[in-house]
Amino acid sequence: MLKLDNVTKVYKVGAFGGKVFAAVDGVSFDVQAGEVVSLIGESGSGKSTIGKMILGLASITGGSITVDGVPVKPGKDYYRHVQGVFQDPFSCYNPVFKADRVFQMIKDAYYPKLGDKEWDERVRSTIRDVRLDPDQVLGRYPHQLSGGQLQRLLIARALLLDLKLLVADEITSMLDASTRIDVLNLLAELKERGLGVLYVTHDLSLGNYLAERTVVLRRGTVVEMGATGKVFGDPLHPYTRQLLAAVPRLHAPWEDAAPTQTCHYHENAASGAMFEAEPGHLVACAQLDACPK
Amino acid sequence: MTALQEVPAQDAAAPAGVRREALYFALRNGKLLTGFGIVLTLFLLGLLGPLFLSGTGSEYGTQPMQPPSAEHWFGTTTFGQDVFTQFVYGLRTTFVVGAMGGGIAAVIAMLVGFVAGYRGGLVDEALNMFTNIVLVIPTLAVLLIINAYLGVRSVGAQALFIGLTSWPWAARAIRAQTFSLRTRDFVDLARLSGANTWKVITREIAPNMSSYLFMTFILLFGGSVLIASSLDFIGLGPTEGISLGLMLQNANQWSAMQLGMWWWFIPPGAGITAIVGSLYVANVGLDEVFNPKLRET
Repeated sequence: MLKLDNVTKVYKVGAFGGKVFAAVDGVSFDVQAGEVVSLIGESGSGKSTIGKMILGLASITGGSITVDGVPVKPGKDYYRHVQGVFQDPFSCYNPVFKADRVFQMIKDAYYPKLGDKEWDERVRSTIRDVRLDPDQVLGRYPHQLSGGQLQRLLIARALLLDLKLLVADEITSMLDASTRIDVLNLLAELKERGLGVLYVTHDLSLGNYLAERTVVLRRGTVVEMGATGKVFGDPLHPYTRQLLAAVPRLHAPWEDAAPTQTCHYHENAASGAMFEAEPGHLVACAQLDACPK
Repeated sequence: MTALQEVPAQDAAAPAGVRREALYFALRNGKLLTGFGIVLTLFLLGLLGPLFLSGTGSEYGTQPMQPPSAEHWFGTTTFGQDVFTQFVYGLRTTFVVGAMGGGIAAVIAMLVGFVAGYRGGLVDEALNMFTNIVLVIPTLAVLLIINAYLGVRSVGAQALFIGLTSWPWAARAIRAQTFSLRTRDFVDLARLSGANTWKVITREIAPNMSSYLFMTFILLFGGSVLIASSLDFIGLGPTEGISLGLMLQNANQWSAMQLGMWWWFIPPGAGITAIVGSLYVANVGLDEVFNPKLRET
Protein backbone atom coordinates (compact mmCIF):
# COMPACT_ATOMS: atom_id res chain seq x y z
CA MET A 1 0.00 0.00 0.00
CA LEU A 2 2.59 2.55 1.13
CA LYS A 3 5.72 2.29 -0.94
CA LEU A 4 8.93 4.24 -0.59
CA ASP A 5 11.31 3.94 -3.47
CA ASN A 6 14.84 5.25 -3.12
CA VAL A 7 13.64 8.28 -1.16
CA THR A 8 16.12 11.04 -0.36
CA LYS A 9 15.84 14.29 1.53
CA VAL A 10 18.66 16.77 1.25
CA TYR A 11 18.97 19.94 3.31
CA LYS A 12 21.17 22.84 2.30
CA VAL A 13 23.31 23.91 5.21
CA GLY A 14 26.04 26.45 5.83
CA ALA A 15 26.03 30.21 5.49
CA PHE A 16 24.89 30.37 1.87
CA GLY A 17 23.46 26.88 1.58
CA GLY A 18 26.72 25.80 0.02
CA LYS A 19 26.89 22.44 1.74
CA VAL A 20 24.33 19.72 1.49
CA PHE A 21 23.27 17.33 4.19
CA ALA A 22 21.39 14.18 3.32
CA ALA A 23 18.94 13.52 6.16
CA VAL A 24 17.43 10.59 4.28
CA ASP A 25 19.47 8.79 1.68
CA GLY A 26 18.02 6.19 -0.66
CA VAL A 27 15.42 4.63 1.62
CA SER A 28 13.09 1.98 0.20
CA PHE A 29 10.51 -0.07 2.07
CA ASP A 30 6.80 -0.68 2.04
CA VAL A 31 3.86 -1.07 4.42
CA GLN A 32 0.98 -3.38 3.57
CA ALA A 33 -2.62 -3.01 4.67
CA GLY A 34 -3.22 -4.59 8.07
CA GLU A 35 0.42 -4.47 8.95
CA VAL A 36 2.47 -2.56 11.49
CA VAL A 37 5.97 -1.70 10.35
CA SER A 38 8.25 -0.15 12.91
CA LEU A 39 10.88 2.29 11.80
CA ILE A 40 13.67 2.24 14.33
CA GLY A 41 16.63 4.54 14.64
CA GLU A 42 18.41 6.83 17.02
CA SER A 43 17.74 10.57 17.04
CA GLY A 44 18.89 12.24 13.88
CA SER A 45 18.60 9.06 11.86
CA GLY A 46 15.93 10.62 9.65
CA LYS A 47 12.96 8.61 10.86
CA SER A 48 10.74 11.59 11.62
CA THR A 49 11.72 13.18 8.33
CA ILE A 50 10.49 10.07 6.56
CA GLY A 51 7.22 10.33 8.48
CA LYS A 52 6.85 13.98 7.50
CA MET A 53 7.55 13.24 3.84
CA ILE A 54 4.88 10.54 3.83
CA LEU A 55 2.44 13.03 5.33
CA GLY A 56 3.39 15.67 2.77
CA LEU A 57 4.65 18.03 5.47
CA ALA A 58 8.18 17.99 4.08
CA SER A 59 9.13 17.99 0.42
CA ILE A 60 10.80 14.97 -1.13
CA THR A 61 14.17 15.67 -2.75
CA GLY A 62 14.49 12.44 -4.71
CA GLY A 63 12.79 9.09 -5.21
CA SER A 64 9.10 8.51 -4.78
CA ILE A 65 6.55 7.81 -2.08
CA THR A 66 3.25 6.35 -3.20
CA VAL A 67 0.10 5.23 -1.41
CA ASP A 68 -1.84 2.71 -3.49
CA GLY A 69 0.21 3.83 -6.46
CA VAL A 70 -0.65 7.50 -6.02
CA PRO A 71 2.22 9.84 -5.16
CA VAL A 72 2.05 11.99 -2.04
CA LYS A 73 -0.12 15.00 -2.73
CA PRO A 74 -0.92 17.15 0.28
CA GLY A 75 -4.59 18.03 0.23
CA LYS A 76 -8.00 16.92 1.37
CA ASP A 77 -8.18 13.82 -0.78
CA TYR A 78 -4.82 12.52 0.35
CA TYR A 79 -5.41 13.20 4.04
CA ARG A 80 -8.72 11.38 3.93
CA HIS A 81 -6.72 8.18 3.72
CA VAL A 82 -3.36 9.04 5.25
CA GLN A 83 -3.08 10.56 8.70
CA GLY A 84 -0.44 11.09 11.33
CA VAL A 85 -0.17 11.25 15.09
CA PHE A 86 2.83 13.05 16.51
CA GLN A 87 5.16 12.72 19.43
CA ASP A 88 4.11 15.60 21.62
CA PRO A 89 0.37 15.59 22.31
CA PHE A 90 0.58 18.92 24.13
CA SER A 91 1.87 20.84 21.14
CA CYS A 92 -0.66 19.22 18.77
CA TYR A 93 -3.46 21.32 20.19
CA ASN A 94 -3.82 25.04 19.75
CA PRO A 95 -3.84 26.09 23.40
CA VAL A 96 -6.41 28.85 22.89
CA PHE A 97 -9.11 26.47 21.66
CA LYS A 98 -10.87 23.54 23.24
CA ALA A 99 -9.35 20.16 22.51
CA ASP A 100 -12.40 18.86 20.65
CA ARG A 101 -11.83 21.49 17.98
CA VAL A 102 -9.65 18.90 16.20
CA PHE A 103 -12.85 16.94 15.54
CA GLN A 104 -14.70 20.02 14.36
CA MET A 105 -11.92 20.70 11.85
CA ILE A 106 -12.40 17.21 10.42
CA LYS A 107 -16.15 17.79 10.17
CA ASP A 108 -15.75 21.17 8.47
CA ALA A 109 -13.32 19.79 5.93
CA TYR A 110 -14.76 16.35 5.20
CA TYR A 111 -18.34 16.09 6.42
CA PRO A 112 -19.80 19.60 6.08
CA LYS A 113 -23.28 18.28 5.29
CA LEU A 114 -23.56 15.90 8.21
CA GLY A 115 -26.03 16.94 10.93
CA ASP A 116 -24.59 18.10 14.22
CA LYS A 117 -26.39 15.42 16.19
CA GLU A 118 -25.27 12.63 13.94
CA TRP A 119 -21.69 13.92 13.99
CA ASP A 120 -21.69 14.24 17.76
CA GLU A 121 -22.84 10.64 18.06
CA ARG A 122 -20.05 9.58 15.75
CA VAL A 123 -17.40 11.50 17.66
CA ARG A 124 -18.60 10.03 20.93
CA SER A 125 -18.53 6.48 19.65
CA THR A 126 -15.03 6.98 18.21
CA ILE A 127 -13.87 8.39 21.52
CA ARG A 128 -15.27 5.31 23.23
CA ASP A 129 -13.34 3.25 20.68
CA VAL A 130 -10.09 4.72 21.97
CA ARG A 131 -11.24 3.91 25.52
CA LEU A 132 -12.04 7.37 26.72
CA ASP A 133 -15.18 8.66 28.35
CA PRO A 134 -16.60 11.31 26.00
CA ASP A 135 -18.08 13.27 28.89
CA GLN A 136 -14.68 13.58 30.48
CA VAL A 137 -12.81 14.85 27.45
CA LEU A 138 -15.28 16.84 25.35
CA GLY A 139 -15.62 20.56 25.96
CA ARG A 140 -12.29 20.85 27.75
CA TYR A 141 -9.13 22.77 27.03
CA PRO A 142 -5.91 20.93 26.16
CA HIS A 143 -4.22 21.92 29.41
CA GLN A 144 -7.04 20.31 31.36
CA LEU A 145 -6.43 16.90 29.83
CA SER A 146 -3.59 14.45 30.37
CA GLY A 147 -1.02 13.52 27.73
CA GLY A 148 -2.55 10.07 27.32
CA GLN A 149 -6.03 11.49 26.83
CA LEU A 150 -4.78 14.01 24.29
CA GLN A 151 -2.84 11.38 22.39
CA ARG A 152 -5.86 9.09 22.24
CA LEU A 153 -8.07 11.95 21.09
CA LEU A 154 -5.64 12.47 18.22
CA ILE A 155 -5.92 8.82 17.27
CA ALA A 156 -9.73 9.14 17.48
CA ARG A 157 -9.50 12.17 15.21
CA ALA A 158 -7.66 10.12 12.58
CA LEU A 159 -10.21 7.31 12.91
CA LEU A 160 -13.07 9.62 11.96
CA LEU A 161 -11.72 9.55 8.43
CA ASP A 162 -11.71 6.77 5.91
CA LEU A 163 -8.22 5.84 6.98
CA LYS A 164 -5.82 3.51 5.19
CA LEU A 165 -2.47 4.48 6.64
CA LEU A 166 -1.49 5.94 9.98
CA VAL A 167 1.96 7.38 10.55
CA ALA A 168 2.56 7.15 14.30
CA ASP A 169 5.62 9.27 14.97
CA GLU A 170 6.99 8.41 18.43
CA ILE A 171 3.48 8.52 19.78
CA THR A 172 4.32 6.77 23.03
CA SER A 173 7.51 8.63 23.92
CA MET A 174 5.72 11.17 26.09
CA LEU A 175 3.46 8.69 27.85
CA ASP A 176 3.98 6.76 31.05
CA ALA A 177 4.37 3.00 30.98
CA SER A 178 0.74 1.98 31.57
CA THR A 179 -0.79 4.46 29.14
CA ARG A 180 1.83 3.45 26.65
CA ILE A 181 0.59 -0.13 26.61
CA ASP A 182 -3.00 1.11 26.19
CA VAL A 183 -2.03 3.15 23.15
CA LEU A 184 -0.02 0.28 21.70
CA ASN A 185 -2.95 -2.10 22.12
CA LEU A 186 -5.05 0.47 20.34
CA LEU A 187 -2.63 0.45 17.41
CA ALA A 188 -2.79 -3.35 17.39
CA GLU A 189 -6.58 -3.07 17.07
CA LEU A 190 -6.25 -0.69 14.15
CA LYS A 191 -4.11 -3.28 12.48
CA GLU A 192 -6.93 -5.80 12.90
CA ARG A 193 -9.23 -3.36 11.14
CA GLY A 194 -6.97 -3.50 8.10
CA LEU A 195 -5.06 -0.27 8.54
CA GLY A 196 -1.41 0.02 7.70
CA VAL A 197 0.58 1.58 10.51
CA LEU A 198 4.06 3.01 10.25
CA TYR A 199 5.29 3.07 13.81
CA VAL A 200 8.25 5.41 14.10
CA THR A 201 10.19 4.86 17.31
CA HIS A 202 13.53 4.75 19.02
CA ASP A 203 12.26 2.25 21.54
CA LEU A 204 13.23 -1.25 20.47
CA SER A 205 11.04 -3.13 22.91
CA LEU A 206 7.89 -1.28 21.85
CA GLY A 207 8.72 -1.88 18.22
CA ASN A 208 9.20 -5.53 19.03
CA TYR A 209 5.86 -5.71 20.85
CA LEU A 210 3.81 -4.43 17.98
CA ALA A 211 5.33 -4.72 14.58
CA GLU A 212 5.31 -7.45 11.98
CA ARG A 213 8.30 -5.99 10.26
CA THR A 214 11.11 -3.75 11.37
CA VAL A 215 13.21 -1.28 9.44
CA VAL A 216 16.42 -0.16 11.13
CA LEU A 217 17.62 3.25 10.08
CA ARG A 218 21.06 4.71 10.60
CA ARG A 219 22.06 8.19 9.47
CA GLY A 220 19.41 8.29 6.79
CA THR A 221 19.99 4.86 5.31
CA VAL A 222 18.37 1.52 5.99
CA VAL A 223 20.90 -0.87 7.47
CA GLU A 224 18.62 -3.83 8.05
CA MET A 225 15.02 -4.73 7.53
CA GLY A 226 12.83 -7.80 7.74
CA ALA A 227 10.38 -9.66 9.93
CA THR A 228 10.64 -8.33 13.48
CA GLY A 229 11.47 -11.78 14.86
CA LYS A 230 14.29 -12.19 12.38
CA VAL A 231 15.77 -8.73 12.84
CA PHE A 232 15.64 -8.88 16.61
CA GLY A 233 16.35 -12.61 16.92
CA ASP A 234 19.12 -12.88 14.41
CA PRO A 235 20.49 -9.41 13.69
CA LEU A 236 22.97 -9.51 10.84
CA HIS A 237 24.15 -5.95 10.74
CA PRO A 238 26.64 -4.77 13.38
CA TYR A 239 24.64 -1.61 13.96
CA THR A 240 21.49 -3.58 14.74
CA ARG A 241 23.48 -5.72 17.15
CA GLN A 242 24.86 -2.64 18.78
CA LEU A 243 21.35 -1.22 19.16
CA LEU A 244 20.06 -4.43 20.70
CA ALA A 245 23.01 -4.63 23.04
CA ALA A 246 22.26 -1.11 24.20
CA VAL A 247 18.93 -2.21 25.67
CA PRO A 248 19.41 -2.66 29.41
CA ARG A 249 18.40 -6.08 30.68
CA LEU A 250 17.88 -7.25 34.20
CA HIS A 251 20.37 -9.82 35.48
CA ALA A 252 22.63 -9.49 32.48
CA PRO A 253 25.90 -7.60 32.30
CA TRP A 254 26.60 -5.05 29.62
CA GLU A 255 28.32 -6.45 26.64
CA ASP A 256 29.27 -4.86 23.36
CA ALA A 257 28.37 -6.71 20.24
CA ALA A 258 31.39 -7.85 18.31
CA PRO A 259 31.50 -6.00 15.00
CA THR A 260 31.37 -8.14 11.93
CA GLN A 261 33.78 -7.32 9.23
CA THR A 262 32.07 -9.30 6.53
CA CYS A 263 30.46 -6.98 4.05
CA HIS A 264 27.36 -8.56 2.63
CA TYR A 265 27.09 -5.86 0.04
CA HIS A 266 30.44 -6.63 -1.49
CA GLU A 267 29.99 -10.36 -1.25
CA ASN A 268 26.83 -9.98 -3.24
CA ALA A 269 27.14 -6.85 -5.27
CA ALA A 270 24.67 -8.00 -7.91
CA SER A 271 21.72 -7.88 -5.51
CA GLY A 272 21.64 -4.08 -5.45
CA ALA A 273 21.94 -1.78 -2.47
CA MET A 274 21.06 -4.37 0.14
CA PHE A 275 21.88 -8.01 0.55
CA GLU A 276 19.00 -10.41 1.02
CA ALA A 277 20.25 -12.73 3.74
CA GLU A 278 17.05 -14.75 3.68
CA PRO A 279 13.67 -14.07 2.03
CA GLY A 280 12.46 -10.67 3.22
CA HIS A 281 15.42 -10.06 5.52
CA LEU A 282 17.71 -7.43 3.99
CA VAL A 283 20.93 -6.08 5.33
CA ALA A 284 23.21 -3.26 4.21
CA CYS A 285 26.98 -3.15 3.91
CA ALA A 286 28.53 -3.95 7.27
CA GLN A 287 31.40 -1.53 6.96
CA LEU A 288 29.02 1.39 7.48
CA ASP A 289 30.61 4.65 6.41
CA ALA A 290 33.86 2.97 5.46
CA CYS A 291 32.12 1.06 2.68
CA PRO A 292 33.97 1.76 -0.56
CA LYS A 293 30.67 1.94 -2.43
CA MET B 1 -13.58 27.90 42.66
CA THR B 2 -12.22 28.66 39.25
CA ALA B 3 -14.32 30.64 36.89
CA LEU B 4 -14.10 27.95 34.26
CA GLN B 5 -16.02 25.39 36.20
CA GLU B 6 -19.04 27.63 36.31
CA VAL B 7 -19.37 27.39 32.57
CA PRO B 8 -21.49 24.58 31.26
CA ALA B 9 -19.36 22.59 28.84
CA GLN B 10 -22.20 21.87 26.46
CA ASP B 11 -22.15 22.22 22.66
CA ALA B 12 -18.61 23.52 22.70
CA ALA B 13 -18.09 22.38 19.13
CA ALA B 14 -20.62 24.85 17.77
CA PRO B 15 -19.05 28.17 16.74
CA ALA B 16 -21.90 30.05 18.42
CA GLY B 17 -20.91 28.40 21.69
CA VAL B 18 -17.37 29.69 21.38
CA ARG B 19 -18.62 33.22 20.83
CA ARG B 20 -21.06 33.01 23.70
CA GLU B 21 -18.30 31.78 25.95
CA ALA B 22 -15.97 34.62 24.99
CA LEU B 23 -18.77 37.07 25.70
CA TYR B 24 -19.42 35.40 29.04
CA PHE B 25 -15.84 36.02 30.14
CA ALA B 26 -15.63 39.44 28.48
CA LEU B 27 -18.59 40.73 30.49
CA ARG B 28 -16.97 39.53 33.70
CA ASN B 29 -13.56 40.99 33.04
CA GLY B 30 -13.00 44.24 34.92
CA LYS B 31 -9.90 45.24 32.98
CA LEU B 32 -11.58 44.81 29.64
CA LEU B 33 -14.72 46.68 30.69
CA THR B 34 -12.77 49.54 32.30
CA GLY B 35 -10.37 49.91 29.37
CA PHE B 36 -13.01 49.79 26.67
CA GLY B 37 -15.30 51.92 28.82
CA ILE B 38 -12.84 54.81 28.94
CA VAL B 39 -11.96 54.57 25.26
CA LEU B 40 -15.62 54.41 24.31
CA THR B 41 -16.44 57.43 26.49
CA LEU B 42 -13.71 59.51 24.87
CA PHE B 43 -14.70 58.24 21.44
CA LEU B 44 -18.35 59.21 21.97
CA LEU B 45 -17.26 62.56 23.35
CA GLY B 46 -15.27 63.21 20.18
CA LEU B 47 -18.03 61.85 17.96
CA LEU B 48 -21.09 63.48 19.53
CA GLY B 49 -19.56 66.39 21.46
CA PRO B 50 -19.35 68.80 18.49
CA LEU B 51 -23.13 68.51 18.05
CA PHE B 52 -23.63 70.29 21.35
CA LEU B 53 -20.88 72.87 20.99
CA SER B 54 -20.89 76.21 19.22
CA GLY B 55 -17.75 76.96 17.23
CA THR B 56 -14.80 74.78 16.37
CA GLY B 57 -12.39 75.84 19.09
CA SER B 58 -10.19 77.93 16.82
CA GLU B 59 -12.19 81.15 17.16
CA TYR B 60 -10.55 83.77 19.29
CA GLY B 61 -12.50 84.80 22.38
CA THR B 62 -12.77 87.83 24.59
CA GLN B 63 -11.62 86.09 27.79
CA PRO B 64 -8.01 84.92 27.36
CA MET B 65 -6.10 82.84 29.89
CA GLN B 66 -9.12 81.94 32.03
CA PRO B 67 -8.84 78.95 34.37
CA PRO B 68 -11.58 76.32 34.23
CA SER B 69 -15.03 77.70 35.11
CA ALA B 70 -18.67 76.90 34.50
CA GLU B 71 -18.53 78.87 31.26
CA HIS B 72 -15.26 77.42 30.02
CA TRP B 73 -15.00 73.89 31.45
CA PHE B 74 -11.33 73.51 30.61
CA GLY B 75 -10.48 77.22 30.65
CA THR B 76 -9.26 79.28 27.71
CA THR B 77 -5.98 79.75 25.84
CA THR B 78 -3.84 82.85 25.50
CA PHE B 79 -6.13 83.84 22.62
CA GLY B 80 -9.35 83.18 24.45
CA GLN B 81 -10.06 79.91 22.60
CA ASP B 82 -12.18 77.45 24.55
CA VAL B 83 -9.91 74.50 25.56
CA PHE B 84 -12.83 72.08 26.01
CA THR B 85 -14.07 72.70 22.49
CA GLN B 86 -10.54 72.22 21.19
CA PHE B 87 -10.26 69.03 23.24
CA VAL B 88 -13.47 67.58 21.80
CA TYR B 89 -12.47 68.35 18.21
CA GLY B 90 -8.94 67.20 18.98
CA LEU B 91 -10.25 63.83 20.14
CA ARG B 92 -11.97 63.41 16.80
CA THR B 93 -8.84 64.04 14.81
CA THR B 94 -6.77 61.91 17.17
CA PHE B 95 -9.11 58.95 16.84
CA VAL B 96 -9.14 59.29 13.07
CA VAL B 97 -5.35 59.52 12.81
CA GLY B 98 -4.79 56.76 15.38
CA ALA B 99 -7.35 54.33 13.98
CA MET B 100 -6.50 54.98 10.33
CA GLY B 101 -2.73 55.19 10.73
CA GLY B 102 -2.60 52.32 13.21
CA GLY B 103 -5.09 50.29 11.19
CA ILE B 104 -3.25 50.67 7.88
CA ALA B 105 0.09 49.90 9.52
CA ALA B 106 -1.34 46.88 11.36
CA VAL B 107 -2.88 45.42 8.20
CA ILE B 108 0.35 45.80 6.21
CA ALA B 109 2.42 44.48 9.13
CA MET B 110 0.21 41.41 9.49
CA LEU B 111 0.18 40.66 5.76
CA VAL B 112 3.94 40.99 5.43
CA GLY B 113 4.72 39.35 8.78
CA PHE B 114 2.43 36.35 8.37
CA VAL B 115 3.36 35.60 4.78
CA ALA B 116 7.11 36.04 5.37
CA GLY B 117 7.05 34.04 8.59
CA TYR B 118 4.85 31.23 7.36
CA ARG B 119 6.24 30.83 3.86
CA GLY B 120 9.91 31.35 4.70
CA GLY B 121 12.59 30.85 2.06
CA LEU B 122 12.78 33.26 -0.85
CA VAL B 123 9.43 34.91 -0.08
CA ASP B 124 10.73 35.69 3.38
CA GLU B 125 14.01 37.04 2.02
CA ALA B 126 12.23 39.36 -0.41
CA LEU B 127 9.65 40.63 2.08
CA ASN B 128 12.29 41.06 4.74
CA MET B 129 14.44 43.11 2.41
CA PHE B 130 11.44 45.29 1.56
CA THR B 131 10.65 45.70 5.27
CA ASN B 132 14.20 46.73 6.04
CA ILE B 133 14.22 49.25 3.22
CA VAL B 134 11.04 50.91 4.50
CA LEU B 135 12.46 50.77 8.01
CA VAL B 136 15.45 52.92 7.09
CA ILE B 137 13.55 55.43 4.94
CA PRO B 138 13.93 58.84 6.60
CA THR B 139 10.24 59.44 7.23
CA LEU B 140 10.48 63.14 7.92
CA ALA B 141 12.50 63.96 4.79
CA VAL B 142 10.10 62.01 2.61
CA LEU B 143 7.16 63.79 4.19
CA LEU B 144 8.75 67.17 3.51
CA ILE B 145 9.22 66.27 -0.14
CA ILE B 146 5.70 64.90 -0.49
CA ASN B 147 4.31 68.02 1.11
CA ALA B 148 6.33 70.32 -1.10
CA TYR B 149 5.30 68.58 -4.32
CA LEU B 150 1.78 67.43 -3.65
CA GLY B 151 0.62 69.81 -0.98
CA VAL B 152 -1.79 67.24 0.45
CA ARG B 153 -2.54 68.38 3.96
CA SER B 154 -5.71 66.61 5.08
CA VAL B 155 -6.02 64.46 8.22
CA GLY B 156 -6.64 61.42 6.02
CA ALA B 157 -3.45 62.01 4.04
CA GLN B 158 -1.48 62.39 7.24
CA ALA B 159 -2.93 59.14 8.62
CA LEU B 160 -2.22 57.35 5.35
CA PHE B 161 1.37 58.52 5.36
CA ILE B 162 1.89 57.47 8.97
CA GLY B 163 0.29 54.10 8.25
CA LEU B 164 2.48 53.48 5.23
CA THR B 165 5.72 54.24 7.06
CA SER B 166 5.25 52.89 10.58
CA TRP B 167 4.57 49.20 9.93
CA PRO B 168 8.07 47.68 9.53
CA TRP B 169 8.91 46.97 13.19
CA ALA B 170 5.51 45.37 13.68
CA ALA B 171 5.97 43.24 10.56
CA ARG B 172 9.30 42.03 11.87
CA ALA B 173 7.83 41.19 15.26
CA ILE B 174 4.89 39.30 13.73
CA ARG B 175 7.21 37.48 11.36
CA ALA B 176 9.38 36.31 14.25
CA GLN B 177 6.36 35.13 16.22
CA THR B 178 4.95 33.34 13.18
CA PHE B 179 8.28 31.64 12.64
CA SER B 180 8.11 30.09 16.07
CA LEU B 181 4.45 29.10 15.76
CA ARG B 182 4.59 27.54 12.33
CA THR B 183 6.78 24.66 13.49
CA ARG B 184 4.31 23.68 16.22
CA ASP B 185 2.58 20.41 15.72
CA PHE B 186 -0.87 21.95 15.71
CA VAL B 187 -0.03 23.72 12.48
CA ASP B 188 0.93 20.38 10.95
CA LEU B 189 -2.28 18.90 12.31
CA ALA B 190 -4.32 21.68 10.71
CA ARG B 191 -2.64 20.91 7.40
CA LEU B 192 -3.48 17.24 7.91
CA SER B 193 -7.08 18.39 8.33
CA GLY B 194 -6.96 19.84 4.83
CA ALA B 195 -6.40 23.50 5.78
CA ASN B 196 -4.63 25.69 3.23
CA THR B 197 -2.09 28.42 4.00
CA TRP B 198 -4.73 31.13 4.43
CA LYS B 199 -6.75 28.99 6.83
CA VAL B 200 -3.70 27.98 8.83
CA ILE B 201 -2.73 31.62 9.24
CA THR B 202 -6.20 32.94 10.06
CA ARG B 203 -7.53 30.04 12.12
CA GLU B 204 -4.45 28.71 13.89
CA ILE B 205 -1.59 31.18 14.00
CA ALA B 206 -3.46 34.49 14.29
CA PRO B 207 -5.82 33.36 17.11
CA ASN B 208 -2.84 32.03 18.99
CA MET B 209 -1.22 35.44 18.97
CA SER B 210 -4.42 37.49 18.96
CA SER B 211 -3.57 39.45 22.08
CA TYR B 212 -0.13 40.13 20.63
CA LEU B 213 -1.72 41.38 17.41
CA PHE B 214 -4.12 43.62 19.30
CA MET B 215 -1.21 44.90 21.35
CA THR B 216 0.62 45.67 18.10
CA PHE B 217 -2.38 47.65 16.92
CA ILE B 218 -2.53 49.58 20.18
CA LEU B 219 1.14 50.45 19.98
CA LEU B 220 0.74 51.49 16.35
CA PHE B 221 -2.33 53.52 17.33
CA GLY B 222 -0.40 55.28 20.08
CA GLY B 223 2.58 55.70 17.80
CA SER B 224 0.43 57.26 15.07
CA VAL B 225 -1.03 59.76 17.54
CA LEU B 226 2.44 60.74 18.71
CA ILE B 227 3.92 60.93 15.21
CA ALA B 228 0.95 63.04 14.14
CA SER B 229 1.52 65.46 17.01
CA SER B 230 5.18 65.83 16.16
CA LEU B 231 4.32 66.39 12.50
CA ASP B 232 1.83 69.02 13.61
CA PHE B 233 4.62 70.66 15.57
CA ILE B 234 6.89 71.22 12.58
CA GLY B 235 4.02 72.57 10.55
CA LEU B 236 3.41 69.49 8.41
CA GLY B 237 0.11 68.65 10.01
CA PRO B 238 -3.34 69.27 8.63
CA THR B 239 -3.86 72.94 7.89
CA GLU B 240 -7.41 72.89 9.18
CA GLY B 241 -8.80 71.71 12.47
CA ILE B 242 -7.16 70.80 15.70
CA SER B 243 -5.70 67.67 17.23
CA LEU B 244 -4.60 66.79 20.73
CA GLY B 245 -1.00 66.88 19.51
CA LEU B 246 -1.50 70.32 18.00
CA MET B 247 -2.97 71.54 21.29
CA LEU B 248 0.09 70.30 23.17
CA GLN B 249 2.39 71.99 20.71
CA ASN B 250 0.44 75.24 20.91
CA ALA B 251 0.57 75.15 24.70
CA ASN B 252 4.28 74.55 24.52
CA GLN B 253 4.78 77.30 21.95
CA TRP B 254 2.95 79.88 24.02
CA SER B 255 4.72 78.91 27.26
CA ALA B 256 1.60 77.60 29.01
CA MET B 257 3.74 75.73 31.49
CA GLN B 258 5.77 78.79 32.48
CA LEU B 259 2.63 80.90 32.72
CA GLY B 260 0.97 78.33 34.99
CA MET B 261 -1.82 77.60 32.47
CA TRP B 262 -2.01 73.92 33.38
CA TRP B 263 -5.53 73.63 31.90
CA TRP B 264 -4.11 74.13 28.43
CA PHE B 265 -1.74 71.14 28.30
CA ILE B 266 -3.16 68.73 30.88
CA PRO B 267 -6.38 67.80 29.02
CA PRO B 268 -4.73 66.89 25.68
CA GLY B 269 -1.86 65.10 27.44
CA ALA B 270 -4.24 63.20 29.69
CA GLY B 271 -6.46 62.46 26.69
CA ILE B 272 -3.65 60.81 24.69
CA THR B 273 -2.46 58.93 27.78
CA ALA B 274 -6.00 57.80 28.65
CA ILE B 275 -6.69 56.47 25.14
CA VAL B 276 -3.43 54.57 24.79
CA GLY B 277 -3.37 53.43 28.43
CA SER B 278 -6.99 52.22 28.40
CA LEU B 279 -6.41 50.31 25.19
CA TYR B 280 -3.46 48.63 26.88
CA VAL B 281 -5.51 47.68 29.94
CA ALA B 282 -8.26 46.41 27.66
CA ASN B 283 -5.66 44.31 25.88
CA VAL B 284 -4.58 42.64 29.11
CA GLY B 285 -8.26 41.88 29.73
CA LEU B 286 -8.72 40.54 26.22
CA ASP B 287 -5.78 38.24 26.74
CA GLU B 288 -7.51 36.80 29.79
CA VAL B 289 -10.72 36.33 27.84
CA PHE B 290 -9.13 34.54 24.91
CA ASN B 291 -6.36 32.64 26.65
CA PRO B 292 -8.03 29.87 28.64
CA LYS B 293 -4.93 29.33 30.76
CA LEU B 294 -5.11 32.86 32.16
CA ARG B 295 -8.75 32.52 33.16
CA GLU B 296 -8.16 30.14 35.98
CA THR B 297 -6.05 32.24 38.28
